[in-house]
Amino acid sequence: MPADNEVPPIVEMRGITIRFPGVLALDNVDFTLRPGEVHSLMGENGAGKSTLIKALTGVYAIDSGTITVAGEQRTFHTAADAQEAGISTVYQEVNLCANLTVGENVMLGHEPRRAGGIDWRATQREAARHMESLGLAIDPRSMLASHSIAIQQLVAIIRAMVLEAKVLILDEPTSSLDRGEVDQLFAVIRDLRAKGVAILFVSHFLDQVYEISDRITVLRNGALVGEHPIEELPRDALVTKMIGRELEDLATLEKSSHRAIDRTGTPVVKAEGLGKRGVLEPADLEIYEGEVVGIAGLLGSGRTELVRLLYGADRPDAGQVEVQGAPAKVHSPRHAIDHRISFSSENRREEGVVADLTVAENIVLGMQARQGWMRKVPKKDQDAVVAEYIEALGVRPANPNALVGNLSGGNQQKVLLARWLATAPELLILDEPTRGIDVGAKADIQKKVSELSSQGLSVIFISSELEEVLRLAQRVAVMRDRRKIGELDATQVDLDGLIDYIANAGEGSAA
Amino acid sequence: MTAMATRTESRESGPSFLQTFVSRHGSMMPTFAAVAILLVLFVGAEIFLRGDFITPRNISALLLDNAYLLVLAVGMTFVILTGGIDLSVGSVMAFSGILGAKLLAEGVPAFVAVPAMLLGGAAIGLMIGILVQYFNVQPFIASLAGLFLGRGLAYVVSLSSIKVEEPGILWLQSTRIRLGDWYITPTGLIALGAVAVAAFVLHLTRFGRTIYAIGGSEQSARLMGLKVARAKVMAYVISGLCGGLAGLVLTAYSGAGYPRNGIGTELDAIAAVVIGGTILTGGRGYVIGSMIGVFVYGTIKTIISFMGAEQSWMQIIVGALLLLFIVVQRAIVARSEGRR
Repeated sequence: MPADNEVPPIVEMRGITIRFPGVLALDNVDFTLRPGEVHSLMGENGAGKSTLIKALTGVYAIDSGTITVAGEQRTFHTAADAQEAGISTVYQEVNLCANLTVGENVMLGHEPRRAGGIDWRATQREAARHMESLGLAIDPRSMLASHSIAIQQLVAIIRAMVLEAKVLILDEPTSSLDRGEVDQLFAVIRDLRAKGVAILFVSHFLDQVYEISDRITVLRNGALVGEHPIEELPRDALVTKMIGRELEDLATLEKSSHRAIDRTGTPVVKAEGLGKRGVLEPADLEIYEGEVVGIAGLLGSGRTELVRLLYGADRPDAGQVEVQGAPAKVHSPRHAIDHRISFSSENRREEGVVADLTVAENIVLGMQARQGWMRKVPKKDQDAVVAEYIEALGVRPANPNALVGNLSGGNQQKVLLARWLATAPELLILDEPTRGIDVGAKADIQKKVSELSSQGLSVIFISSELEEVLRLAQRVAVMRDRRKIGELDATQVDLDGLIDYIANAGEGSAA
Repeated sequence: MTAMATRTESRESGPSFLQTFVSRHGSMMPTFAAVAILLVLFVGAEIFLRGDFITPRNISALLLDNAYLLVLAVGMTFVILTGGIDLSVGSVMAFSGILGAKLLAEGVPAFVAVPAMLLGGAAIGLMIGILVQYFNVQPFIASLAGLFLGRGLAYVVSLSSIKVEEPGILWLQSTRIRLGDWYITPTGLIALGAVAVAAFVLHLTRFGRTIYAIGGSEQSARLMGLKVARAKVMAYVISGLCGGLAGLVLTAYSGAGYPRNGIGTELDAIAAVVIGGTILTGGRGYVIGSMIGVFVYGTIKTIISFMGAEQSWMQIIVGALLLLFIVVQRAIVARSEGRR
């Protein structure tokens, strides 16, 4: 299984350095990939993983260093160059054409031809053959868009096989897959590894990294930390290498989140029978001052739907909302902001940060929205607020003029958080604030949430990571099948208990 | 004409024939809708005009009268499939027409004048394509520049109409190839030929598939290693070339070149393409659909003139149809995205 060191490497990157304006993105990094291994590239967001991959695939030009592929020194200028040399990449957001069929996507640009035209019969046959060889049994003539992301990801991998890829780069392939789909993907990866394909795997899920990898290379702040066979690198050692500090921060969090909350007064926000036909069955929710209420449940259980109704992003058709004890009409995000409710969407790219604006502009946007567009926030106040939040949340690079689109996911999330905090909300709704971001940024964000709530901010915290919910929240509302099935006291329940509740509790007894 | 013109039988087990058909050919639905509308128009007019409408003469005239628009719509289909738009084609057609008429009037032989007309159109298309691809100009703006350039050049060639007396050109229009009461002119054959060539290119060449891929996702197409830049520029060159060819067809049809020809015709071409089921955001549609769209457009025009109604009704009906089709397309796109 693990390739031994005798096999000549398929990819050798030596002394790779890449500079972006003001940032040393990669500093003299070495990376070696051998045939028939699954090699995980690990590091925090902004550590240089994506940059290294883009250097290898010809998206970024390198400032110094050498790239050797199959014994030959190469410089790639486009993705097509790299593909021709046998290096294919499957990205997190599947880069295929949804308007074409599965078979076309597999064969695009490589269709067999006959008498001057594409031979569709042979094309479909080829596509089917490749799909079969990786055990994907779907109709090659069905539209790509009619399949799940997981299937689309497999289609992208099959396409790489049509190109006879010797190196397959999988960049966060599992972030939107469920467990069964991950198993299917991993079966394909193992199959390819057995065929001698070198696989470069990037994932934030440590379990998956340990399940599939033979070897791990760790990057931190654009520099190489080390390369290790998987069995010589236990998890805690890996995490320590990735973030360069012990995870003691999270340990101190444990205590602060179990503060007692005074629930005798008026709740900050109270929802009664809030629901919408076909979206969410009527549910109640109360949040008190300084309280963190977690919402737990599977994806699609109604977590996001509940808070969207509460925030006015979607219009409820039943129930009412009270803010500070007074009935409130929250029919649009505008109203919500007037009532000092802020909502940070799970969809940070599309409904969150504005990628073409700078860090400072993004943060100021929220303040400006509350002020109204007529009254400009004074420049001095802007600068002060921006500097304060960049510092408090540890946004990297700590440059207010950096374009948000150039920041890593974790740092974009911090900017988003800063934007909402700058509006001085009384209730902050965070939907999956830590998804797809690294351990360090996660800890920063959790710490900030915990700190703010102890100062009196009320928070609704939605996360698929139940440990995180239990660590931060004092109370957990559990959702299933678009229904709130109950509430748990976070101090009274452990992870297994919560999982069991999500899976089994509340049958027949509506909350 | 489908991308997968191989077999259409359903699989032995699993999804029903209908499901399989919809999952494979969902993107053809708007084009089927256009065919349905065309049939409704035909039948409606036939009933309304008491059997005076569906005659070989009328149907033959439909192709004859709209041949130039069909040629423009073919070129426009390429551009719209990439997700772009080409506003220049009406002007390009006028420029090509007046250029040809002028050259012929000055005694330049047709075998020189005709290629000059086509190349003139292609050159403007090339300019637009380069602006779009290499200078990152919005297609709307780049082709707007082409619109003004083409019109200006047409006025530079001549401010007034120039009659064409070259027999070879007039032959294109005056010849009637008859089959009973049906007939077709060489201009009609040119237009149908353009459709056939375009259908072949779009569905049976890698270049054609690249056009579709760009319309689906340009970034994906690039990351898949397809020749995106070349294909995108080529789409505009083809549209310009079709503009030049339409200039030839229109000159033959009207027997003269006129610099004010085709003002607003680019919008008619876009309307025909959209009615024919090609989606403005690109990636879905068929050149055959564009042909149906042109026929729908031409049929409405014929019906209105038969009824002796105001021409303004033409605009209103086409506007309403466009609205309908855009809503239908939105629904289709939303549905296919919703199924992910």
